Amino acid sequence: MENIIRKQLVIIGGGPAGLAAGIAAREAGVEDLVILEREHEAGGILRQCIHNGFGLHRYGEELTGPEYAARDIARAQELGLDIRCDTTVLSVDGDRRVTCVSRAEGLQIFEAGAVILAMGCRERPRGALGTPGTRCAGIYTAGAAQKFVNLEGLMPGRRCVILGSGDIGLIMARRMTLQGAKVLACVELMPYSSGLNRNIVQCLQDYDIPLYLSHTVIDIQGRERLEGVTVAQVDERRRPIPGTEIEFDCDTLLLSVGLIPENELSLRAGVALSPATAGAVVDDALQTSVPGVFACGNVLHVHDLVDFVSDESFRAGRAAAAFLRGEHPQGETVAVLDGEGVRGVVPQRVHPGQDLTLMFRPAGVYKNASVVVEADGVEIARKRALVFTPGEMVALDLPAAKWANVHGDLTVRMEAK
Amino acid sequence: MKERIITCINCPMGCRMTVTLEDGKVTGVTGNTCKRGEKYAMQEVTAPVRMVTAVVPVADRRLPVSVKTREPIPKARIQDCMAALRQLHLSAPIEAGQVVLADVCGTGIDVIATRTVS
Repeated sequence: MENIIRKQLVIIGGGPAGLAAGIAAREAGVEDLVILEREHEAGGILRQCIHNGFGLHRYGEELTGPEYAARDIARAQELGLDIRCDTTVLSVDGDRRVTCVSRAEGLQIFEAGAVILAMGCRERPRGALGTPGTRCAGIYTAGAAQKFVNLEGLMPGRRCVILGSGDIGLIMARRMTLQGAKVLACVELMPYSSGLNRNIVQCLQDYDIPLYLSHTVIDIQGRERLEGVTVAQVDERRRPIPGTEIEFDCDTLLLSVGLIPENELSLRAGVALSPATAGAVVDDALQTSVPGVFACGNVLHVHDLVDFVSDESFRAGRAAAAFLRGEHPQGETVAVLDGEGVRGVVPQRVHPGQDLTLMFRPAGVYKNASVVVEADGVEIARKRALVFTPGEMVALDLPAAKWANVHGDLTVRMEAK
Repeated sequence: MKERIITCINCPMGCRMTVTLEDGKVTGVTGNTCKRGEKYAMQEVTAPVRMVTAVVPVADRRLPVSVKTREPIPKARIQDCMAALRQLHLSAPIEAGQVVLADVCGTGIDVIATRTVS
């Protein structure tokens, strides 16, 4: 017997994005909403991010992950939001029917007036790398290791090599060291690290952990358990250079090689994805190609800072509330295109003449440079900075007044000095 | 005269700064782009500090509780702080913000819980 429930708004995911979206929607008058969360408590990835540095933009202080999450959870409770934990969403369809399952309620189908996708992202796994070698135990993504150490109190190994120098890998290098493991090396394929300087200094240099740039793992040894890895330098085409091999005697390999928005549910709902972000194509209200289905946070595009996830998700919550009131922006849209040096601008389609925030990643490092927004070749906005890097998302506000009379497509590009 | 190279952590510029020292006193900072860099470099060569975060087991609970130093502690005391935390036995209930270890290793700084365990 199917259990069908009508809801104004269903939010999928109870991490920072889902919580902020729910808070904003309720504050904008949406009474009948539910947040579906597959873990046994809300908070998402912040639960396992016990280090500090969260909330600098939003609160002007450096909170740990659990502290940041607790503030949103407290606000959600104040507002009486209905958060269903231990509930896994199985599918969403184009008519906004959300099917989920939980031990407490069994199979349920929600028929929603609007849906907000807030499922976050996941780590690129070993299988996506094509690293040769055996399939032994002892190889984990950095985030999985973080969950073991910080949430379960378990150590994944004693002698560790980290492949990839993303922030999660760097954070785990320090964490494993402080818990008594020996971290032998951090190995990065590119000639630069995608992690923050702060983490290179405080997670590697502080503990004398060597960072091997332009290196990669070329072999993995061990039958039952990992026994060692072979690392080699790569040339400018990222091919291993013979004769540069270094052998590491280790029992653990952690992978920190990128994050991918988790859009399996979105695809089945018919949501169009952008190849540049691997997230949904959205308009200025963060609405996807499926009417009434919105997306925000890391499922839309991978952010660096949770503060920006919260900010974006507040906007998604307010937009969903407006949609439910029948006040969604109407009329023609123009495209926002990636110009030179720009990757993955969000949103990709906009209604002209509105207050707008554009977000993207630079394709390379630009010092003393500008971001320029053009409509039909005419500059309408510019933002200068001492440095732009791929590791730091750029947010550019475009006030309505600046493009009130624009009709053509917008192009965002980098301009070196 | 001694020189130390410091990478600035304040922003993505990551300026490589050279600090010159004479008899343990800073006599100059070069390579910084802004004032914050200079301040950080001076702090880093004279009295570097770090926040410490960790987890501590809680009796009769499957999940440990996350903790942090309320303020950054001297960098040289990080390992002592971790050793002190390993000796710690906690039991529920614990409120976020509650002191779990006062004046850790004589630094004058408390370790507090960052999560509530009811």
